[in-house]
Amino acid sequence: MVLLQIDWFIFFEKLILIGAIITLAMVVAMYSTYAERKIAAVLQDRTGPNRAGPFGILQPMADGLKLFMKEEIIPTFSSKSLFIMGPMLAMITALLTSAVIPWGTAIDVAGRIVPLQVADVNIGILYVFGVISVGVYGIMIGGWASNNKFSLIAAIRGASQMISYELAMGLSLIAVLMISGSLQMSVIVDQQVQHGWNIVYQPLGFLIFFICALAECNRTPFDLPEAENELNFGYHQEYSSMKLGFYLFAEYINMFMSGVVMATLFFGGYDIPFVDEAALGNAWWVGLLSFSVLMVKSILFVFIFMWIRWTIPRFRYDQLMNLGWKKLLPLALANMIITAVVVLLLNK
Amino acid sequence: MSITEILFWLLSALSLISAILVISSRHPVYSVLWLIVTFFTISGHYILLNAQFLAVVNVIVYAGAIMVLFLFVIMLMNLNKDTEPQKSRWLKMAGAVAGGSLLLIMVAALRTTEKQMTEMGSGDIGLIENLGKVLFTDYVVPFEIASILFLSAMIGAVVIGKRDDYASAVPKEEIEEMKANREAMGIPGA
Repeated sequence: MVLLQIDWFIFFEKLILIGAIITLAMVVAMYSTYAERKIAAVLQDRTGPNRAGPFGILQPMADGLKLFMKEEIIPTFSSKSLFIMGPMLAMITALLTSAVIPWGTAIDVAGRIVPLQVADVNIGILYVFGVISVGVYGIMIGGWASNNKFSLIAAIRGASQMISYELAMGLSLIAVLMISGSLQMSVIVDQQVQHGWNIVYQPLGFLIFFICALAECNRTPFDLPEAENELNFGYHQEYSSMKLGFYLFAEYINMFMSGVVMATLFFGGYDIPFVDEAALGNAWWVGLLSFSVLMVKSILFVFIFMWIRWTIPRFRYDQLMNLGWKKLLPLALANMIITAVVVLLLNK
Repeated sequence: MSITEILFWLLSALSLISAILVISSRHPVYSVLWLIVTFFTISGHYILLNAQFLAVVNVIVYAGAIMVLFLFVIMLMNLNKDTEPQKSRWLKMAGAVAGGSLLLIMVAALRTTEKQMTEMGSGDIGLIENLGKVLFTDYVVPFEIASILFLSAMIGAVVIGKRDDYASAVPKEEIEEMKANREAMGIPGA
């Protein structure tokens, strides 16, 4: 079945995979909002949402319904097309990262080996990095199109924060790349399956990456774009109804995706600890098992993100910039150089 | 028509349209946004040539970093249609003539290069491994010189940005008083 020189089986296989991943990201983001409120409640010695359904598990649905029903307001003087584009871009860039993640071992579907990865490109990590660097536009365009001083200040804060922390993040990634010797995500995971997880070789690199991921997701203690006491509500102040919902949702999807990226780069990806997956073959349940292992690892990171949010207060803006440029960046540089020297010495 | 050809024509049309919109948009912010779209289409062309590394670096550096700074400056200056300076008609004509002659020269130069056309979807010089090898063996000296140039430009920018106008503009006693006030209020970093 070859038409237009496309293998249509691959086309549909990828289409189904993309649909599944987007659904997964949405569901995880929905229940992250519930989890955030429950975790906040536990940490503050409250009960949290408990009205909708048993233990309040229908709360995300109720919230979503509420956002859909709200009146949609577009400020008179804002540029309308850009105002609508802002949340769209935020959502798209949040979801794009998932394309290069290997979600599990390849499975055997009626004689075809189907890898659980949308695109195993040669430049996997750089692709993730490119998506992150483009992610700034959702915030900036939305903040500017709102035609509100607070929104603009918040958008510019957010963008400069993301640009600053991208540098340290990139440098800590280079150290990982030197160990695995490839940019391809599947190769990085395979290499960890064989030689042990990268966290063992790169503890400092992981710490830097984790802090930068917090900053990239605009999470506390780096949530200055949303600092209520200074900026009212941040860059999405003028947004209402589901457009606001998209911004909030994109933040949770970003959080989940950065959890997945951290698990893939530093914690062996879908590797099941102390089990040799290669010996188990390509049965569907092995794929499912490895996928669930990746999910457990990522959701653990999402939990840590929330734990930090409800424990630590927010930085002041100059402290944020000092930490990024004067502490994390030199630390990441030193980490990179030391890793390079060690790799060079061990290879000879 | 193969899928690569369809993609090529689609991308070329998109990049031309967005490039024209960069110069024809009345609002500077829209111009910048169309320029970003142009960079993405150019990255698409790189991918068609199997130069994945160049494509992603183009996105990271140009679309993701430089254009963000453009957007910063234009958003903060709050430019709009009314503040756009009106050029005289002679200047516009001169610009058209200059651009037209540049186009003529480029067409004339590219007319005879048919034999050196690159095959689409083949070749692997743009992959990171091959590109790295070429950069660090054959072109190592120009590569290093270029990076030193970037470094010096960066240091220059820092030196210009660090010039302390605030200290000279405000009297010394006033700064001391402000510091004392901050300390009395218990604010750190005074």
